[in-house]
Amino acid sequence: MKPQSHLFKENAKKALNDANLARALNNMKAGFQDKRRATIAKLPEFQDLRDQARDLKNHTLENLDFYLSRFEDRVTEKGGHVHWARTPAEAREAVLEICRSVDAKTVTKGKSMVTEEIGLNDFLIESGLTPIETDLGEYIIQLRHELPSHIIAPAIHLNKEDVAETFRENHTQLDPNRRLDQVQDFTDEARAILRQKFQSADVGITGANFLIAETGSTVIVTNEGNGDLTQVLPKVHIVVASIEKTIPTLEDSATILRVLARSATGQEYSTYTTFSTGPRRPGDLDGPEQFHVVILDNGRSALLGTEAQDTLRCIRCGACMNHCPVYGSVGGHAYGWVVPGPIGAALDPGLIGLEEAHDLPNASTFCGKCAEVCPMKIPLPKIMHHWRVKEHEAKLSPPRFRQGLAMWAWFARRPRLYRLGANAAIGMLGRLGAKRGRFAKLPLAGGWTAHRDLPAPSRGTFQQQWARHKRSQAPSSS
Amino acid sequence: MGQAQALSGTVIVMSTARDQILGGIRKSLGRETSPSRQEAEARLANHPRNLIPQRAHVAVEERLELFVAQATAAAASVARVRSLDEVPGAVSSFLAGHNLPQRVKLSPDTFITGLDWDGQPTLETDTGKAIDSDLASVTGAVAGIAETGTLMLASGTDRPTTLNFLPDNHIVILPADRIVGVYEDGWDKLRQDGDLPRTVNFITGPSRTGDIEQTIQLGAHGPRRLHIIVVEDAA
Ligand code: SF4
Repeated sequence: MKPQSHLFKENAKKALNDANLARALNNMKAGFQDKRRATIAKLPEFQDLRDQARDLKNHTLENLDFYLSRFEDRVTEKGGHVHWARTPAEAREAVLEICRSVDAKTVTKGKSMVTEEIGLNDFLIESGLTPIETDLGEYIIQLRHELPSHIIAPAIHLNKEDVAETFRENHTQLDPNRRLDQVQDFTDEARAILRQKFQSADVGITGANFLIAETGSTVIVTNEGNGDLTQVLPKVHIVVASIEKTIPTLEDSATILRVLARSATGQEYSTYTTFSTGPRRPGDLDGPEQFHVVILDNGRSALLGTEAQDTLRCIRCGACMNHCPVYGSVGGHAYGWVVPGPIGAALDPGLIGLEEAHDLPNASTFCGKCAEVCPMKIPLPKIMHHWRVKEHEAKLSPPRFRQGLAMWAWFARRPRLYRLGANAAIGMLGRLGAKRGRFAKLPLAGGWTAHRDLPAPSRGTFQQQWARHKRSQAPSSS
Repeated sequence: MGQAQALSGTVIVMSTARDQILGGIRKSLGRETSPSRQEAEARLANHPRNLIPQRAHVAVEERLELFVAQATAAAASVARVRSLDEVPGAVSSFLAGHNLPQRVKLSPDTFITGLDWDGQPTLETDTGKAIDSDLASVTGAVAGIAETGTLMLASGTDRPTTLNFLPDNHIVILPADRIVGVYEDGWDKLRQDGDLPRTVNFITGPSRTGDIEQTIQLGAHGPRRLHIIVVEDAA
């Protein structure tokens, strides 16, 4: 699939009018936000751990060349193979070559955003292979030929009825009288179907949450267990991971893992965290005979040393989108690329180009919630601002200096968004301009205020706004 | 591309993707080696611990209680027995309690096979890696990690990984003295044993998914049930 980010405004508008999508996205509050808050409250060191996680990832990025080559050495020592890919095409070719070398027909896959980024499934299909997604959410969207709409909950945009329809269309053996309305019905159905696939696959492909330089281990963090079945049953295990997944040691993984699940799903720890080091060893009764790691750059190395470097600390927990009023209103597909939400807005322009993605950094209410919840302390609004400045410099569309406001106003007019958090932004605008009734400077809005003063909204302070906003939310939340 | 030339002043032929990626990183960072390279070397050699949460700094008995509480909160079930002799009976009652056939696949680990399985005549046992028809497996664990009620399992010639994922029911025998405070303690144990095993699994409760309407459903692809039998005195 090609990026559709240039259609953001159009797609966002459609999404805002989609009642089913709104219903699905409404699950995020109880599903993600409340659980995260409760779990974090139980760990007094959480904020200090965030600082450490940020610092250790910064240190890693500063020495990324060193840690990556050490990782490669260790993988090789353990009998694995490392393949380097500058571009998606090189990564796809590397995967295909490995598959061909073992005459593979069927490939099972664990959830991996990087393989979405490189368009691996379509490519494998064109090359005559059958890739099968095994994460439940990924499996559903593969059947529907969609991109994931969330990095940890790929099918979050769907309701049970949508899934039932998809299963009935695709699982032709399914008894029409069979009940499909409970979550368990779907889980059991997918479990039964995918069991056979796990066993018959020739190659298993996973992503990696981390690459450990000290040991040459690749790490996956999952809840379903599909990733583990994907990497332990087939003859060949291929890991596709981007360069910034590297961290120094096992101890460092412990630190980041302490903030990952808590930020993502609000679990204390995910169900399965698995460290894989090389292929099956002599005498082992199971495990892959071959172990390959494809390391992808695809524009990331060029982000080092720029204002977008901090995006490379991202551990793909999803917290920023789970708390984002814009994401919460338009969902992930509107963003038009694999990584949506605030991190998508901060990262995608660097990966797919500003021309394609220039609307994304404008899709913000300036509420700052994303940076507040990010376990890696990535200053997301600041990076979005950086892209807006770049966009202005590049003069991607002539009156672009007003884009920051135009986009904001566009969102603020949408009642659902407005309810969800744009109030905070209006309050903030009001506060910033309160002294003179006009803004001369607005730090988050990019170029436009440099050219034009604006009347300040007079809707009270940020705090008042927020309190009123919360009160208005209270009756509907449980 | 080719920017390393500019930095070093000499022409380096960078023919491979590997060199170009690593060179690209150096170019973006604007230097050949990082000022913190020594720190990086030392970090790999010494693997220092970072911040350790207070909750794990507890006395041994409390550690056991913490482990049990956390594992239970993650939807694992926990049974406690006094000695290894009681383990086969506890396995049998777990199966009976869930109306499961009295049949288990045992890990070839002598710690598991050495238990008195013959003392449970109704319980059928088989040994080896897991196959699709196995409904229940019995394995050991390297450690139990109190901070989150997590089990740490390692692969080996006598410890196939499939036992941890394929069967619907995974039963883990955990001597109480293998319960440690934090993940780092688990890594220390493995480091003492020598070479890092090929697969290290941290397992916290049974398999689950939240992929449909954010509703947590147990038993997605891995075991539907995780049962931990803590052996208080395994000497
Ligand atoms: S930017 Fe931060 S909050 Fe968002 S996915 Fe990445 S790590 Fe998580």
